[in-house]
Amino acid sequence: MTYQEKKSIVSIISTILIFISFSAYKYVQYPKEGLESTETLHYWGSFVLVLTLVSIFAHIVISIVFNIVFRITTGEKEPTFADELDKHIELKANRNGFFVFILGFLLAMGSLVIDQPAQVMFIILIISGFISDLTGSVSKLYHYRRGV
Amino acid sequence: MGKNLVGNHIRKLRFNHDEMTQQQLADKVGVTRQTIVALEKGNYSPSLELAFRIAHAFSLHLEEVFFYGEHPSKEEDGG
Repeated sequence: MTYQEKKSIVSIISTILIFISFSAYKYVQYPKEGLESTETLHYWGSFVLVLTLVSIFAHIVISIVFNIVFRITTGEKEPTFADELDKHIELKANRNGFFVFILGFLLAMGSLVIDQPAQVMFIILIISGFISDLTGSVSKLYHYRRGV
Repeated sequence: MGKNLVGNHIRKLRFNHDEMTQQQLADKVGVTRQTIVALEKGNYSPSLELAFRIAHAFSLHLEEVFFYGEHPSKEEDGG
């Protein structure tokens, strides 16, 4: 298995772990007030914002740790640049990820149209962000293994 | 993902050029070893620029390294 394939697998696993652990952490802090209260909106706003920051930070740390482990276990250096195949795969992964997120975004707006509470909209948005991230990583793994 | 129609003789040519490694060819043409692996497996059709760089690395013409469709020797066998 190549560096890029391993990195995609690590990315998939870390995305799932970060999302599940952060959601479990925030679940216990869910406000007891009414569904549309200011505190509830504040809760969902901070959920999205903090999850984004935590994800970025965790991915950077995991990437550094992965590179160190890769060097130690294989004795090889990780590629220092992205060539045309990497860029091609990156574009396809981004396209698939954005497509999933846009679907989720439209679904979230649809939930408001059919008079669902704001928290349903936030939950759909957050889950679509998670699935789109996952779709990007799975697309990368697929294209590195099966070709472009 | 369907197989690419652009085939190549890179593996054979590497062998004929003092058993050049995939990493050596990758360094010569400015890509990662992963890309050479993908090319040899037929999982990736290179850009025209990369195809020319690979042909130059072996000091050959483009069509001596790459072919379109069926492997040329198979066509000859069939015809």
